[in-house]
Amino acid sequence: MMVSQLTRGERQGSILIAAAVALCGLALAIAGRNDPLGVHGAFVLVGSVALIAFLLSRLDSPEPDVSRRPSEYYDDPIKVGIALSMIWAVFGMFVGVWVAAELAWPSLNFNTAWLSFGRLRPAHTTGVIFGFGGNALIATSFHVVQRTSRARLAGQISPWFVLLGYNLFCFLAVTGYLMGLTQSKEYAEPEWYADLWLVVVWVTYFVLYLRTIARRKEPHIYVANWYFMAFIVVVAILHIVNNLAIPVSLGHAWSYPIWSGVQDAMVQWWYGHNAVAFFLTAGFLGMMYYYLPKRAERPIFSYRLSILSFWGITFFYMWAGSHHLHYTALPHWVQTLGMTFSIMLLVPSWASAGNAILTLNGAWHKVRDDATLRFMFVAAVFYGLSTFEGSFLAIRPVNSLSHYTDWTVGHVHAGALGWVALITFGSIYTLVPSLWKRERMYSAALVEVHFWLALIGTLIYVFAMWNSGIVQGLMWRTYTESGTLAYSFLDSLVAMYPYYIARTLGGFLFLLGAIVGCYNIWMTVRASPAAAETALKDLPDARWAEGTATTPAE
Amino acid sequence: MAELFHRKIERTAIGFVLAIIAAASVGGIIEIAPLFTIDETVEEAPDMRPYTPLELAGRNVYMREGCYACHSQMIRTLRDDVDRYGPYSLAVESRYDHPMLWGSKRTGPDLARIGGKYSDIWHVAHLTNPRDVVPQSNMPSYPWLARTSLRTDDLGLHLAAQQLIGVPYTDEMIANAARDALGQALPDSDYAAGVQERYGDEAQISAFDGVTTELTEMDALVAYLQVLGTLTDAAYENTVAPEEAPNAEDLAAGPATTSGGR
Repeated sequence: MMVSQLTRGERQGSILIAAAVALCGLALAIAGRNDPLGVHGAFVLVGSVALIAFLLSRLDSPEPDVSRRPSEYYDDPIKVGIALSMIWAVFGMFVGVWVAAELAWPSLNFNTAWLSFGRLRPAHTTGVIFGFGGNALIATSFHVVQRTSRARLAGQISPWFVLLGYNLFCFLAVTGYLMGLTQSKEYAEPEWYADLWLVVVWVTYFVLYLRTIARRKEPHIYVANWYFMAFIVVVAILHIVNNLAIPVSLGHAWSYPIWSGVQDAMVQWWYGHNAVAFFLTAGFLGMMYYYLPKRAERPIFSYRLSILSFWGITFFYMWAGSHHLHYTALPHWVQTLGMTFSIMLLVPSWASAGNAILTLNGAWHKVRDDATLRFMFVAAVFYGLSTFEGSFLAIRPVNSLSHYTDWTVGHVHAGALGWVALITFGSIYTLVPSLWKRERMYSAALVEVHFWLALIGTLIYVFAMWNSGIVQGLMWRTYTESGTLAYSFLDSLVAMYPYYIARTLGGFLFLLGAIVGCYNIWMTVRASPAAAETALKDLPDARWAEGTATTPAE
Repeated sequence: MAELFHRKIERTAIGFVLAIIAAASVGGIIEIAPLFTIDETVEEAPDMRPYTPLELAGRNVYMREGCYACHSQMIRTLRDDVDRYGPYSLAVESRYDHPMLWGSKRTGPDLARIGGKYSDIWHVAHLTNPRDVVPQSNMPSYPWLARTSLRTDDLGLHLAAQQLIGVPYTDEMIANAARDALGQALPDSDYAAGVQERYGDEAQISAFDGVTTELTEMDALVAYLQVLGTLTDAAYENTVAPEEAPNAEDLAAGPATTSGGR
């Protein structure tokens, strides 16, 4: 499938790019022969040589009719992106369940370095955030930008480069952690060479996205694309500033960030919180602004609310990171600014959540009957809940209780499972049938099963972590009548075990749902295509007959 | 009016991107840039020293194993934090930390002042199998640390990289990095004296893992844990009283006393 849309010249071009990557891999393998860097170099070399061999074997297969390109969308990379996203989802969630179980039963690391909590935990976060979430964002952004611009992606090779290059980054990241390579900056753990590679991939993504928008046949840029653009641009800024580092040598994977101490803490949480804002919020709001109205067949409730929430999120979020550092050695004025803006953030956040939910007015019977739309409705509700919780936890005195406890973990998962994963599953269930030209998903009942597994899993997880976090925070600060601390740290840990077991169960149910989803998608793809007429509507030159769904109501 | 303006900018992709960059830059610039220019941000601590090569190598093991995911190194200005862990952390204490390891989660206790609280042998036993010394612990065991010899041939490069980004390592420290690492864990060797010569009399020379025939990752990690909180005395001088936790009025009033809360 990958090469059937490429001309012979494009296949040769792809081989040249893969050869360049292979050379980089060779250079790393040689320079890092005494270091884990060499292992990564060898991985890159072997992977790109395999890609070259694959491309060479297909060099002479039939070429596409280039003249038809402007009147067709380019969907092959999207299909692969969705498959990769679901594979990463199962991997990342499985690792998540495993590390959750390790906290309850520590012997599960079997005294093996790469199986221990500290190395697997970033494999979980990277697997779900960047593997599952990132691939879903790339795939849906490629889909949304083409449909809302009524234009084909502005490149034949570059979408593949972005998608495969991004997955190479994720692969280097996760295998690196297992070997013990980490910058130890949360959500920015990959080492310098992986970071540099991501910059190359991301700039390509940015250029591809802008060039596609420039081809649009609509005068206005649709709101979903505002969010995808903010996601691409701001993540680039955050990634570059936070990851500035000096490698020990060009033959070492290990590096030292140029920032230190309090400045490093501020840069890190400016990054960390805005990774939440622009990766886990803006990008997925882009998804929501397209797939939710599309599925509900209702126009977005309010154009003005869209503007308000977009610019509010873009401006306010960047001030909020310092709420991760309350009562620390970070100067008080920065903490206060972070708290203030975190509270103000509630306005644009609820404007978005409200805009989504009010869009469903007139379609509530569909929310009741259609699990796919219900995924997206519940996602919007969780978005509203977790942004409220976020503003609440950013208030300094509240934070004195919640910080360092499982409450933060519960909050993150309310957002990550309840919002990010549910909006993604809803979008994928909307997208898969239309992409593969099928009438509908293979089984509506299995979508329903997935929905309930995901919802129940999320609720168990979040309630367990709320309880454990609050218990933990209260135990730490309780004094006896004689003015001494009432509980040792160990007392608080012992109190956590039942909650750690409950959260493992919640995560397991969520994982089970994702596996059901994979099966359902696989069976949908395998089914025979629907009648050609449904496919005909989905072309750049066709006015979307009922396509008003994505034009805002006034 | 505003809506008309927006109708205009959403017609140009480049203009829209520039507007996003402008709106998104303000917060970071205002909150981060002054941290480099306002002198009060980081306190003075003339007695502060950088990590020895062995401690730095131990710090890298700490990072590699992801210890930061469960242990903070940042005691907050809250009474219960101070009573449990010691004087609250100052910015200067992590000024040479590239990166900082303040952490965000306490599945285990804070480690900012763990140095000197337990013996070397306790740390070795605890890291090898935490449940041997703390039966209820859920910390992973790290038996491979004592079996894995420490790579020292490139420690000079590590120090040189740190020197480049502002850590006050001298060229002499860089040249002697591998020897100093060995000397710090081999008290009877000829190299031991050089460590205190270069890093001060307070630098601990000890057979950290109890074995003096081989330098292991366990030596490095224990050396690092034992130095935490001891690089400067600044936190024990001239600091104001910690804040009461917000619900403190419910609790018995009384002077903050250091208890065996750990």
